[in-house]
Amino acid sequence: MDKLIVSTSPHIKTKDSYKKIMWSVVLALIPTGIAGVFIFGISALKVIVIAVISSLLTEAFIQKLRNKKITIFDGSSFITGLLLAYNLPPKVPWWIPMIGSFFAIAIAKQAFGGLGHNIFNPALAGRAFLLASWPRYLTTWQYPRWHIDTLTTATPLGIVKEKIPLNLPSYGKLFIGDKAGCIGEVCILAILLGAIFLLYKGYIRWYTPFTFIFTVGLLSWIFMGEGLFKGDWLFYILSGGLFLGAFFMATDYVTTPLTKKGKFIFGFGCGILTFLIRKFGGYPEGVSYSILIMNAFTPLIDRYTKTKKFGYKK
Amino acid sequence: MFFNLKNTFYGGVHPPYYKDLTRFSPIEEIPPPKMVVLPLIQHTGAPCEPLVKPKDKVSLGEKIASSDKYISSPIHSSLSGKVLKIENFNHPTLGKALAIFIEKEETEEKFIEYPQKKPEELSPQELKEIIKEAGIVGLGGAGFPTHVKLSPPKPIDTLILNGAECEPYLTCDERLMCEKPEEILKGLEIICKITSPQKIFLGIEDNKKEAINIMKNSLHKLGLDKVKIVVLKTKYPQGGEKQLIKVITGREVPSGGLPFDVGVLVHNVGTAYAIYEAVYRGKPLYERVITVSGKAIKRKGNFKVRLGTLVSDIVEFCGGFLKEPKKIVFGGPMMGIAQWSLDTPIIKGTSGILFLTEEELNLEESGPCIRCGKCIEVCPMKIMPASIALASEYNRWEIAKNYNPLDCIECGACSYVCPTRRNLVQLIKMAKLNHG
Repeated sequence: MDKLIVSTSPHIKTKDSYKKIMWSVVLALIPTGIAGVFIFGISALKVIVIAVISSLLTEAFIQKLRNKKITIFDGSSFITGLLLAYNLPPKVPWWIPMIGSFFAIAIAKQAFGGLGHNIFNPALAGRAFLLASWPRYLTTWQYPRWHIDTLTTATPLGIVKEKIPLNLPSYGKLFIGDKAGCIGEVCILAILLGAIFLLYKGYIRWYTPFTFIFTVGLLSWIFMGEGLFKGDWLFYILSGGLFLGAFFMATDYVTTPLTKKGKFIFGFGCGILTFLIRKFGGYPEGVSYSILIMNAFTPLIDRYTKTKKFGYKK
Repeated sequence: MFFNLKNTFYGGVHPPYYKDLTRFSPIEEIPPPKMVVLPLIQHTGAPCEPLVKPKDKVSLGEKIASSDKYISSPIHSSLSGKVLKIENFNHPTLGKALAIFIEKEETEEKFIEYPQKKPEELSPQELKEIIKEAGIVGLGGAGFPTHVKLSPPKPIDTLILNGAECEPYLTCDERLMCEKPEEILKGLEIICKITSPQKIFLGIEDNKKEAINIMKNSLHKLGLDKVKIVVLKTKYPQGGEKQLIKVITGREVPSGGLPFDVGVLVHNVGTAYAIYEAVYRGKPLYERVITVSGKAIKRKGNFKVRLGTLVSDIVEFCGGFLKEPKKIVFGGPMMGIAQWSLDTPIIKGTSGILFLTEEELNLEESGPCIRCGKCIEVCPMKIMPASIALASEYNRWEIAKNYNPLDCIECGACSYVCPTRRNLVQLIKMAKLNHG
């Protein structure tokens, strides 16, 4: 007999490792990617591939610089690359996803200490950086490829906000993705498929996404119409990046609160901020900024949402 | 609440149970070894002083060590033979401790049952004295002296017999319930006579169908209608004292408190059996039933072994190893203690020995906290393991303190679910040590 291992209990561990969870999230994001490529064509695929590869390479490069173990196959930087691409319009120049991924991984993730230590969602930080630096590329939208009109257009939220004389897509079209928008935000059906898989596996909880979408819907119904309680809430929740953000970015483990109560507060905060940006802000869409702002509040939320412990008077 | 909390508690995990490896093996006696090593401390409390010296002759069941401290429990010889020496030796929970070595004589002397008064004629005080003199401690693992537990400083109204056995692999309590149901219930009656509770429960997890049926029949046969069997949902740590009390009575043991603070007393089924043997047969605690399991050992099963038997003797009896064991654990895989040597004796609180292979252990390296919150979801004490561990990792004890690490029952559910394999229990234990 060789040496025996001595360590503290417990001596058995679940099979659900971190890598398994991360690759499951990648799997859950695949339908959305397929839908994006189907809707916008090969240019969308190009953006996705460049974003993912740059993300992986940046991670390896920085980890090498920091003399850390290279962990690019754990799935987490793959997700960052995917999510960044999903948050970009389909026809951006090739260097846009590259720089975005570099910023996301090098600055938003690794500069803070790598996995588990970043304050802001890396993909969204990357997108915010790109939007601030090259706003023109980030706000040039395409029709789905089956529309004969190949000219640029506006997103449904943009049409409403800027009062552009274009027809709004029907609810059905908004749901399946026959509209202009970012690669990964248009097909809500595909997003929901992935989300249901993650909810079923228990890898994400419904607390944040539900509260987020519900709050946006409620506030839109009250304030977004002509007069109170006349808003087209269904249009506002089906437009923009709400579903993608709510299910895949507001549920990111690292940058959101730990407890159930905290997750509800986070979702509620995201909902209010999204509504405020859409209603009063300079941009037609506010999902990504609202999540980034709430990321900054996460430590504070954590501090005030400790669990009710066993054996204390209620 | 969106889920049903009836007959279960908040949090918890469902590890693979592997109970089928041993649950159908009837209890078998391992022949007494050539030598036993009996540590002078096998319980929670003050260590014993030896009553014998080297070369003394001792007989089976003879008291060989005791203490005049109240929270302590005497130790009896588990062999008829000669005292070899009294020296420091490996101890399964303390590392090293003073122990009495006893060598077996050529012919093993049978233990003679004491002629005793009938149990019905004994007063509660006399019964308590018998239990104390028999060296009985809680056999579930903690090893708290039973006579102390039977004298609660506050009145109790509820008695719970714990047959949950929620630790994976272990089946010794289950076998005992299947094979010695009436003896356990007679032990329970003695506990009732001493503590006179109004309500009596027997809690068993619903994965032990056979044991539940047998106990039900025996209750009926003995006419013990007062005892209510509670079928508990199978979930770890259902057998944790505080969780069991919450499920059965709805009462929460206050932080830092003990079960008697809510008027409850909990005893393990194995302890009830030992009480029966002490009172009805005058037999002190010198042997116990343990589960031997794990994929590394050739013969798995439930065995009655003499206390002080070394692991190496048990390995020999079980035919050696099938595969190389990476870890040897005393107790269950969730809360048991890893051993570093085969020369370690079985003590009163040893409920099992597991010989675990690499495949069972999952020896992945631990990584950074990804704040997934799974540990918080499963913590049966509803504390925040992730937050304590993050503070503990950087020696920030004053921050760790805010998250009440002392409430942790060290059940291991958090470490079990952690996707980055963090040693949360260890980090919380460190926070406890530095709580100040």
